[in-house]
Amino acid sequence: MTEAVIEIEKLRFRWSAGDDFCLDIPSFAARAGERVFLYGPSGSGKSTLLGLLGGVLVPECGRLRLLGTELPRLQPSVRDRFRADHVGFLFQQFNLIPYLSVIDNVLLSCRFSGRRRARATAAGASLHAEARRLLKHLDLEESLHRREVTRLSVGQQQRVAAARALIGRPEIVIADEPTSALDAERQGAFLDLLARECAAAGSTLLFVSHDRRLAAGFDRELSLASISRTDVGQQAA
Amino acid sequence: MRFLLLLAARSAWNRRLTLGMTLIAVALSVTLLLAVERVRLEARNSFAQSVSGTDLVVGARSSPVQLMLYAVFRIGEATNNIGWQSYRAIAGNPAVAWSIPLSLGDSHHGFPVLGTTAAYFEHFRYADSQALTLAAGKPFAELFDAVLGAEVAQRLGYRLGDSIVLNHGMGDVSLAEHADKPFKVVGILARTGTPVDRTVHVSLEAMEAIHLDWAGGAPLPGLSIPAEYVRKFDLTPKEITAVLVGLKSRAAVFKVQRQINNDTTEPLLAVLPGVALDQLWQVVGFAERTLLAVSAMVVAVGLAGLVAVVLASLGERRRELAILRSVGARPGEVFLLLSAEGLFITVLGALLGVALLALLTALLAPLAQAHFGLAFRARWVSADELRLLGAVVAVGLIASLAPGYRAYRLSLADGLTPRL
Repeated sequence: MTEAVIEIEKLRFRWSAGDDFCLDIPSFAARAGERVFLYGPSGSGKSTLLGLLGGVLVPECGRLRLLGTELPRLQPSVRDRFRADHVGFLFQQFNLIPYLSVIDNVLLSCRFSGRRRARATAAGASLHAEARRLLKHLDLEESLHRREVTRLSVGQQQRVAAARALIGRPEIVIADEPTSALDAERQGAFLDLLARECAAAGSTLLFVSHDRRLAAGFDRELSLASISRTDVGQQAA
Repeated sequence: MRFLLLLAARSAWNRRLTLGMTLIAVALSVTLLLAVERVRLEARNSFAQSVSGTDLVVGARSSPVQLMLYAVFRIGEATNNIGWQSYRAIAGNPAVAWSIPLSLGDSHHGFPVLGTTAAYFEHFRYADSQALTLAAGKPFAELFDAVLGAEVAQRLGYRLGDSIVLNHGMGDVSLAEHADKPFKVVGILARTGTPVDRTVHVSLEAMEAIHLDWAGGAPLPGLSIPAEYVRKFDLTPKEITAVLVGLKSRAAVFKVQRQINNDTTEPLLAVLPGVALDQLWQVVGFAERTLLAVSAMVVAVGLAGLVAVVLASLGERRRELAILRSVGARPGEVFLLLSAEGLFITVLGALLGVALLALLTALLAPLAQAHFGLAFRARWVSADELRLLGAVVAVGLIASLAPGYRAYRLSLADGLTPRL
């Protein structure tokens, strides 16, 4: 019914030829608009999977399709552009560039992607207006937009980063432990905001975390260990 | 591309303290490099401007360079004088159009005193065949008249009619004064930018007169001839220091030079000013190249510091590079971002260096004029200096590729998750 946005088949990855495979995924798929929680304790190959989905790493064999595009087949620079156009990333901490303003940090996604720029202004508003609108939706008032990013609280910083991942409505948003620096109370609020805005943007959300308690609001909960055949215990980070 | 450069500038501004120090180091090293080049050029210029239209310089036998130094540039002292008879013989040579006898050895507050004749004001040429002109007064006519160079008059604040006392020998702190025979300032020359500006001119007869009652560099004890009586003596000089010679035809220059050099009555040396200057440049050329090499090394040190600072900043910027990668920056763009920073600082440093040089030139030009007789004019960067600046920027660009490449490697290895 709804097409798959992320499709992985028989994918294997290792850092160099002599090593054991650190990822070996027979099959994984996520549908458009789906919210997937991927449980992965540290050392489970989480970072490697993010690198593969972001197109900065290439699997040794298997298929890795994003939006129907076979990512490993593209030239490295085309993969970089593909990432800019279609994937929004959200990391654990220190997601912002310290010398850019709040608005410029949000607009960073549009600087490397004409598509995101075009989609952000599709409703007729300017880029800045769209950035401000998103920030407001993420509960960041106008008065905070002019503050230096280093003077924002961690929670505020993560919401700015979320706005950056969401602007221009990318098809996929990948979040890597974005709540780990927040206290439990704020974690829930942040997750709600993120889920709501992903839904508004029509983005598929792949949320990777080692904390299972966060999985409640998601459509589907998976464990990296369950989709990857490698023995978790043997892997290095 | 434009965004990347803007990003590089914003990032550099964010680290303005450390980069600012590096910028100052680069700017200072560029100033030094250009200053060395400019001093070298001005020194050459000022030497080359000092004499013009003179075909031969004649003095006692020594080295051509030494003769030029003391006779024309008033640097150092003559080892030997030449006899008045030899001068008469040279002046009487049928190929000689004019000759200017020069007698040196005394001074006034550190400025050299030159005994000469009216021929000096008539025939001496400097720069582009320019004749000496008087800014005020007239050439010396009376025995104890003096004509001052522009710098002497300005620095010591003399005006026409002032009375001055000459010192025996050179140097600021002179032991003996010719206090009994003061001179009257009758003329002040217009500025020339040559050693003439630093010279006190008197007649040859006056030089003879003030030394009548002297022997071996000191007044003769018990003998004092008052100024009123010196005219009763024969004031024809017995010796002079050097002669500037102008020929009727330049074609005869080698013939006359040979005649003088082969003179059997006295060991003389005649040199062509241009040839002697070339020899001088050969001597100082080595020192010049050494200076230039040292200042080039200072620039290299400045640029090495710049690369070190940019490289050191990479450690704390890995997170930033990962963020840029995550929003779609290519490794090549990361390379550009880091290389642009170094190049940016180098270009800014070069510009700042030029500005600093202009400021220093404006501030120190009077000092250089007073102490070394070097005339620094405020001027735009010359083609040679542009080449030096170009070389600095080129080296800066090449050096900046190092942090660029390092960032490129890091961003490839880190991907989206920097290993900190």
